[in-house]
Amino acid sequence: MAVEIKPPDLYTIGKRLPKIDAWAKVAGTARFADDLVLPRMVYGRLLRSPHPHAKLLHVDTTKAEQLPGVVAVATGRDLPRQWGIMPTTVDEYPLAVDKVRYVGDAIAAVAALDEETAEEACRLIEVEYEVLEPVMSIEEALDESKPKIHEDRSKDRNVFKQIHYEFGDLEQAFADSDLVMEGEYWFEGSNHVPIETHSCVADWGHDGKVTLWTATQVVHYIHREVAKVFQLPLSHVRIIAPPVGGGFGGKCDPFSHEAAAILLSKKSGRPVKITLDREEVFYVHRGRHPVKIKLKTGVDSQGNIKALHSQTQLDGGGYASYGIATTFYTGCLIPTTYKTDTFRFDSMRLYTNKPACGPKRGHGSTQPRFAVEVQLDKIAEKLGQDPAELRKRIAIEPWTKTVSGFQITTCGLVETIDRAVQASGWKDKHGKLPFGHGIGIASSAYMSGAGTAIYWNDMPHTGVQMKIDRGGGVAVFCGVADIGQGCDSTLAYITAEELGIEVSDVRVLAGDSDLTPVDLGSYSSRVTLMAGNACREAARKLRKLVFEAASEFLEVPEERLTAAWRKIFEIDNPDHYMDFDQAVWKAESKHGTLGATGSYTPPHNAPPYRGGTVGITPAYSYTTGIVELHVDPETGQIHVDKAWAAHDLGKALNPTNAEAQIEGCVYMGLAEGLGEEQVFRGGLHKKPSLLDYKIPTFLETPEIKVILVETDEPEGPYGAKEAGEGPLNPFPPAFANAVYDAIGVRFDKVPITPTDVLKALRRR
Amino acid sequence: MVERTLIELRVNGEPRTVAAPEHRSLLEILREDLNLTGTKHGCELGECGACTVLVDGKPMLSCLLLPGQVQGKEIETIEGMAVDGKLHPLQKAFAEFGPVQCGYCIPGMLLTAKRLLEVNPSPSSKDIREALAGNLCRCTGYQKIVDAVQMAARELKLEASKGQPAPSPVASR
Repeated sequence: MAVEIKPPDLYTIGKRLPKIDAWAKVAGTARFADDLVLPRMVYGRLLRSPHPHAKLLHVDTTKAEQLPGVVAVATGRDLPRQWGIMPTTVDEYPLAVDKVRYVGDAIAAVAALDEETAEEACRLIEVEYEVLEPVMSIEEALDESKPKIHEDRSKDRNVFKQIHYEFGDLEQAFADSDLVMEGEYWFEGSNHVPIETHSCVADWGHDGKVTLWTATQVVHYIHREVAKVFQLPLSHVRIIAPPVGGGFGGKCDPFSHEAAAILLSKKSGRPVKITLDREEVFYVHRGRHPVKIKLKTGVDSQGNIKALHSQTQLDGGGYASYGIATTFYTGCLIPTTYKTDTFRFDSMRLYTNKPACGPKRGHGSTQPRFAVEVQLDKIAEKLGQDPAELRKRIAIEPWTKTVSGFQITTCGLVETIDRAVQASGWKDKHGKLPFGHGIGIASSAYMSGAGTAIYWNDMPHTGVQMKIDRGGGVAVFCGVADIGQGCDSTLAYITAEELGIEVSDVRVLAGDSDLTPVDLGSYSSRVTLMAGNACREAARKLRKLVFEAASEFLEVPEERLTAAWRKIFEIDNPDHYMDFDQAVWKAESKHGTLGATGSYTPPHNAPPYRGGTVGITPAYSYTTGIVELHVDPETGQIHVDKAWAAHDLGKALNPTNAEAQIEGCVYMGLAEGLGEEQVFRGGLHKKPSLLDYKIPTFLETPEIKVILVETDEPEGPYGAKEAGEGPLNPFPPAFANAVYDAIGVRFDKVPITPTDVLKALRRR
Repeated sequence: MVERTLIELRVNGEPRTVAAPEHRSLLEILREDLNLTGTKHGCELGECGACTVLVDGKPMLSCLLLPGQVQGKEIETIEGMAVDGKLHPLQKAFAEFGPVQCGYCIPGMLLTAKRLLEVNPSPSSKDIREALAGNLCRCTGYQKIVDAVQMAARELKLEASKGQPAPSPVASR
């Protein structure tokens, strides 16, 4: 039984400390995947399909193999085993074997002495296709006359998955409602656009073991998938995530280039690097699903939600990716924000001949949230209520359950509304600004980590190991991948906090499947809460060992000791102390080599029905977003003037980093309102470059004001919940609601482009 | 065999000679021939700014520069920004005040900001946003970058008022 020893004060947690990797990143010495160079390394490129839908009849690599400088060529036939991130929907090959399903689907790969030669060799590969009719939209995917994209998987047309859940008697509840509002909404797809394109280096050794350095968010899942398709024991595969140059969900799948690099390294006996270009990133995608949402809301005269019925159709692209989870999330996460008496959702994901969609920040909850929040704005207007006041009245309450049985723990939603309203001057602005100027509000909830792993097991979701050196320094090993969100730093702050040492005494070794215990990965905003808890547990075990030794030396009972400033001292008599490293020596003498582990398993809080495990979490975060903007009636341009985000994150372990995550969310949410769209003409992406796919610069991004709301979540380390995804969700709808406030026109879709605005203004 | 030209550069104050084909970009020369991997590639089209370096003190996109355009020029990369092992005040401010998330855009951002502070030691937030608009960041929402540049500007002025030497040889040109 561990002794609970509270330090007199939190002394690293809650402080505005630099991130531990910031120094290398400002000096240019952080080594990302594309910065790695190994002796004898060669460069790989992929041959990708020019057709959105075609059978592969024959792939002839003879000419490519003969090109001087080429060291290896590989095709799908070399690795004819399927993989896929979700174990129940495995539907893709690392390199296409018999069929291609989107423009960009990888077919073959070449390794050569330089990239140019590899590229040229790819052009020499002769592919014979039988071109098939492509299926390019939700409507076409539902058309019986269209060919099936996955003959063996979809029984009904090109339907990938359909789900229906009903909680309570909706028919009666709609009949009892004072106002029933119906709407149809469209949320366009978008790419993550990490500034670092995907990159990896594979090295197949003569011991039959392979190492892959790759820009991934999910070391453990890649470890499993690589072992599976190469038929290797896990012990023969080592996956290492170097610092990742942004992810946002885009580096969560196993990718063709990763398998290709391994295959080419095996064939050539040399390390192989493959780095995608920007165009490939747009085609590889796995981004935000385009979703059509039909929403019916029934409310009483006060705006309390009596009934909510959501129907979503997701344009999934050519493969499953995380699509089954996305399909659930477009429905099941809706009732976590407001009290809802009855709820039904019908969600359907379709296969189309476009790049596969997957998880992007807010994963599947962002699109229906847009519909719910715009519709609430309409309801508030109809009822003559202030939209902020309405949201406060119907806000879900702490320590309750949703109508679908999800456990709500701490909930600061009302406080987020109050504080965003106050900071923004909402009451003096909403409905009161001159024509062309507007302000809009929206709220949302998000998971602090999925409560269920993607493959069923009873093991922890994360683990941490710790060792301590004879100078009092501590090494923390954990399978997380730092994608810029700062998880390595968070582990260091927690370790320093518990052991009373400085953050600089802590070294974090993360994301290496050979060295670090499993963590499921940097997705679903799970790391701070889950790995944070595991880290705290390991550190407390280590502290116990050190305190036992210190207790003997200082002749003070353990429970009267505390640690801070690299010292262990008697709580009531701070002059009586020993140095931490001295205590470590005593502890190692007493116990032998010092080490500890910690792990975390989320609470088993799923409601008792099939599918009830999707959408649960240890704790939901809450956000309110307010956007102030003006519209130029001449050009249709929308300029966001300022944005406020009040976010209940439980506890800010480092307020600077938490604000930074939230600011990034605000930016990305506004970008999806302002114009980012992953759209196609024929099978081709209309905007596969940063020249065409405009992401907001400094000039289109407003001043962002972040308000941190702390609710002290008992399940989170030091009370913490997530801050990396949820704060995005209010911004597309708050933006659309602000546009309405500015020009009196509803846009039930995002993005809202200048063309949309001009057309609407002319119609007025 | 591809024909190669000898290119003579000064990189971070050091004379370097590289034999490269005429179509090889400065970005490739820096990253692959000179192992200066601090300069990043993000789009290869001159849109993202991740590959920004200073050419004769001015921010330029290294992915768009060909050998003929940089012959004999003075190039400063992120590796040259710290002088005598001492970080530039911009680097310190970026490390301490939170604009570094994934960090991939940061080298280009820092070099552009460095030039800004040389020509405008007291920039408003609008000045900063305009000067850095060619450098895309996907993590931060830009807010903390603006704040950190202002912090660094104050620090630089403080250093100047103490009569300390300018922090970089390129800056003094």
